[in-house]
Amino acid sequence: MAIKSLEDLKRIREESQKKVNLRETGESTDDIVELMVGMATCGIAAGARETLSALLDETEKQGLTNIRIVQVGCLGYCHSEPTVQVNLPGHEPIIFGKVDDKRAREIVTRYVLHNEMLEDSVVINTFVKA
Amino acid sequence: MAKIRTHLMVCGGTGCISSGADTLITELENILVQKGYDKEVKVVKTGCFGFCGQGPIVKVHPDNVFYVQVQASDAKDIIEEHVIKGRHVDRLLYVEPIENLKMDLHRDMPFYKKQLRIALRNCGMIDPENISEYIAFRGYEALANVLSMPREDAVKVVKDSGLRGRGGGGFSTGMKWELTMRSPGDQKYIICNADEGDPGAFMDRSILEGDPHSVLEAMAIGGYIIGATKGIIYIRAEYPLAIHRLEVAIGQAREFGLLGKDLFGSGFDFDIEIKLGAGAFVCGEETALIHSVEGKRGEPTKKPPFPSEAGYLNKPTCVNNVETYANIAPIFLNGAEWFSSIGTEKSKGTKVFALAGKVNNVGLVEVPMGTTLREIIYEIGGGIQNGKAFKAVQTGGPSGGVITTADLDTPIDYDSLKAIGSMMGSGGMIVMDEDNCMVDIAKFYLDFTKDESCGKCTPCRVGTKRMLEILERITEGHGTAEDLDNLQALAYMIKDSALCGLGQTAPNPVLSTMKYFREEYENHVFNKRCATGSCKALAKYSIIADKCIGCTACARVCPVNCISGKVKEVHVIDQEKCISCGACFNACKFSAVLKP
Repeated sequence: MAIKSLEDLKRIREESQKKVNLRETGESTDDIVELMVGMATCGIAAGARETLSALLDETEKQGLTNIRIVQVGCLGYCHSEPTVQVNLPGHEPIIFGKVDDKRAREIVTRYVLHNEMLEDSVVINTFVKA
Repeated sequence: MAKIRTHLMVCGGTGCISSGADTLITELENILVQKGYDKEVKVVKTGCFGFCGQGPIVKVHPDNVFYVQVQASDAKDIIEEHVIKGRHVDRLLYVEPIENLKMDLHRDMPFYKKQLRIALRNCGMIDPENISEYIAFRGYEALANVLSMPREDAVKVVKDSGLRGRGGGGFSTGMKWELTMRSPGDQKYIICNADEGDPGAFMDRSILEGDPHSVLEAMAIGGYIIGATKGIIYIRAEYPLAIHRLEVAIGQAREFGLLGKDLFGSGFDFDIEIKLGAGAFVCGEETALIHSVEGKRGEPTKKPPFPSEAGYLNKPTCVNNVETYANIAPIFLNGAEWFSSIGTEKSKGTKVFALAGKVNNVGLVEVPMGTTLREIIYEIGGGIQNGKAFKAVQTGGPSGGVITTADLDTPIDYDSLKAIGSMMGSGGMIVMDEDNCMVDIAKFYLDFTKDESCGKCTPCRVGTKRMLEILERITEGHGTAEDLDNLQALAYMIKDSALCGLGQTAPNPVLSTMKYFREEYENHVFNKRCATGSCKALAKYSIIADKCIGCTACARVCPVNCISGKVKEVHVIDQEKCISCGACFNACKFSAVLKP
């Protein structure tokens, strides 16, 4: 356990950062990607907790740090639960519907990382940012 | 689901714990287990958020939502509504007192907007009892860097930063370190002064409770620079939580090899021990502190010799304050230039103030030097309680003075405060409104210094007692014109002749209130009146016959039954029995009770 060099310290830091990087430090939030998971009763019933978990897991796998994953209330698209709203900086917000584990991972790997639209999952993409 | 998605940060500072944070944490954890959310939501007990007047505080990450005055009975709502369903619990949000707006987000709150947190950077952000969290926020990186630098270069960084001692004196920290570094000696010591003694001041305690490693790291840096292998933290036994967290932190640092032998493979050995003080104000003075650490009486000695030449056990010793240390690591991480770009020409960086008294947002605030008192009191502090009028603010504790409306726009730094007859001190800031009697305030502080005088030198031991006696006479209605002259003469005499800082500054509250509020003293002496009703002996409440409708409200609240009168008839106060508590004044809805 003993730290004997700056490299040792940095190794421990990287491990520790994973556990605290969801805390907002008060620094600039301009380039933060927001993923908002609808977690009202029907969302949860349709599996939003698994969706949330998949999003968290995938962002960690991809080593993304500029992402904030928040649970929000009912978005009103009960027919398409679980829903995830994505706010990419510089883009119109988009709501994806019927997001299961697989789709959640694709939102991260394809839309967030490569800006690739997942057309068949889009519920709505023309509205004022929440 | 095993991924943690939400952190519930609950303030674990002394303030919030005394208003129920511990039971709240237990309740939150229990409900999370009950609902099956304990694997994805973590409750973290942090250090002080600074918003003490609104405690217990709960901050939710990553949403950044800030809840205030949260009781254990609110835990259910936070989890069922916020954690599970993503809806903010409206009734627990902070209501901004001026515009009466509800605030969801931490960063929108006026209390935090104007603040710049360097010394308090980790308070409320990390679990102070977990070294990994400190390391996650760049902890101990500064130490690693400094250990690979020549000592001369490292001390230059501190000097160039312009950091001055945060304990009150304002002496250049870099200079102090350099003097001790150049002082010859086979063994040297570095001491942390955590004997925070000003009434109403709690910034050092909060730093130690919220971020103990920042002090340990800075002491190791200082130790390396001056050539000390041993550090001592002198802390008062009245701070049990801070002591506990320091002990935990020291234990963890040793385990990680960040204290002990051969730090970072540099060959430098450094360890820290804690010495408990009995809580004497005079032990904040460095020579008295050193004697107390040595196990002798906590009495000051004449300087020179300065501790940098002959301090603890007659070896070169450097004593710095907690808040000073808390600034060291950021200076090395971000550079001297960054630090010196903050603040005013001669006072660099930020200062933490313990904002207390009749202000809406009581708590701990950290602002850049040069911020005005008006900004602190009205913007961060949210103005005066109950819409009353501001009268004065007391800074510098028992060594400082009062600042009036006329100086509210003075940018605060070491020199400007001195120029207007007060001082920075350790950062206590007590706000007073129209109901505070200035003579009474002066008496309060003098009573404190008289008690805390160590008794070694006559001017302080006898002088403060005599001054207090005069003030007591004045507040009891027996003061004479001569008393006012004597009070002033005695004050200057003590200032000039006392041995240490305690005595030399003890008359300041009297001199400063006499300067700005002389008419209040004269009112007490010549008219035997205390306009605020604070001095009970002079307070004479009476009922205005024209306004009294005989509702009996005053008679019913009077604790000594000294108000007589029948329903719908004018009431009368028996001055012999009246204890001047003011209950009748507050009870009367018709402004019929005349306040003295």
